[in-house]
Amino acid sequence: MTLLDVKNLDKRYASGGRTVTALDGVSLTLSAGETLGLAGASGSGKSTLARLLTRLVPADAGTVRFGGEDWLALSGGELRRRRARMQMVFQDVLGAFNPRATVGSVIEDPLRIHDIVPKAGRGREVAALLDRVGLPAAYAARSIRDVSGGQRQRIAIARAIATRPAMIVLDEAVSALDVSLREKVLELLVALQEESGIAYLFVSHDLAVLAAVSHRIAVMDAGRIVESGPAAEVIGNPQSPAARALVGAVPRLIGQEDRNAV
Amino acid sequence: MTALCEIRQLAVTYRGETMSALKDIDLDILGGERLAIIGESGSGKSTFARALAGLLPDGAAVAGSLRWSAGQPRAGRDIGFVFQDPSASLNPVLTIGEQVAEGARRHLGLSRRQGEARALEMLERVHIPDPAKALHAFPHQLSGGQRQRVAIAAALAARPGLLIADEPTSALDMVVQVEIVALLDELVREGGMTLVFVTHDIALASGFADRVAIFRDGMLVETGATGKVLAKPQAAYTAALIASHRDLATPPLIHEAGR
Repeated sequence: MTLLDVKNLDKRYASGGRTVTALDGVSLTLSAGETLGLAGASGSGKSTLARLLTRLVPADAGTVRFGGEDWLALSGGELRRRRARMQMVFQDVLGAFNPRATVGSVIEDPLRIHDIVPKAGRGREVAALLDRVGLPAAYAARSIRDVSGGQRQRIAIARAIATRPAMIVLDEAVSALDVSLREKVLELLVALQEESGIAYLFVSHDLAVLAAVSHRIAVMDAGRIVESGPAAEVIGNPQSPAARALVGAVPRLIGQEDRNAV
Repeated sequence: MTALCEIRQLAVTYRGETMSALKDIDLDILGGERLAIIGESGSGKSTFARALAGLLPDGAAVAGSLRWSAGQPRAGRDIGFVFQDPSASLNPVLTIGEQVAEGARRHLGLSRRQGEARALEMLERVHIPDPAKALHAFPHQLSGGQRQRVAIAAALAARPGLLIADEPTSALDMVVQVEIVALLDELVREGGMTLVFVTHDIALASGFADRVAIFRDGMLVETGATGKVLAKPQAAYTAALIASHRDLATPPLIHEAGR
């Protein structure tokens, strides 16, 4: 079932007297329970697309249907209510939060705003969400400042799944994490998808990360999708120069008689 | 190779901290080698780089010794330093030419005109397109990758013998990362320099480092020739780092191939 249907999105920015085309006729689809990996170098437009889909920036042209609705036409209270269905996790998004906030309040906010559970049940729901992302319930009382980067990203995921979304946009969501933590967060995302059928649009410049979690991969270059297909095909047989550059850029362990030998 | 610097029992504690950021470090930096300092967050790898360059903040308590075979080096003259974020290391209101020339003028006693010629030469060496035009550009007019090239040009303008690069590619995308690593490799070879390259990415280091030193929680866990450490890690932590590496040949985490 098609959850998200994006057609011909355009976005231009004025920058230093010039017009920069950030998105140029971008079309894509995402099915329920599916992960689309969106790969590209800096400036390819992938983060603009993430911000546009989450309605943080407006589009210049094009349409987005999400869950059968005209997503870009929603505004005001209607948009606020529907946002529960499409959540986002960006790189260290909680690093920008009020440092006095507790882990519990960060997760409880969306439960309150979207009226997901009645007030009396929220503490229990926060504990359940912490448990789902592999953190002890006692963490609710901690300051957001007193948790590590990996834990903070788990908390961002707990906050995102609190509203039981159909889709989460992840923009470089694991890029700032150490490798061992990164693997655990990726495993968590895959487990949550298997349990709840959440769809992910996973944006990253790191093809190795996308290869781990994506069913399909789309490659962006200069505001366009230049290549897309099943993950194994795009990685195994890249056609566009942009896709070839991304494949070639993934560091390999050299000097090990190894599991990665070609 | 002889030791450029013998580091013995180095320990660093930042002001206001009770835990040491670095402790009991014994390591030799060999002249002409490419040494990768590898570690995760909190491993002390950046503290090590700063201690080596004499760039620790005021109030940091340092114990142990750094013995330099050629006498105490001067930061900027004998040691070039490249930071993770080129935007933070470049002055936004100075032209590219001025900042690349600055170190050369100060340390090599060049005139304004000679300094500009040196800056032009350096921009050519780091492969900035249209270097004559770039001399008069400001940092914000360049991409992140080009800014890091400029930062490298500035770090090398005074012809230091040692270049320390602290996660120089971590703020850049992976395509640009490959280019910057190739550039550092080329410049170090050409100039016969010693390179200390700090990274969290053991695979990235494996592509070009002669030796690796693995740091964890402020301690040096293991050091040795790159091939040897990768093939036969002595420490369990090194083995875990190697095992957690993910590349395109690693099996995916999702169970179905597609839908």
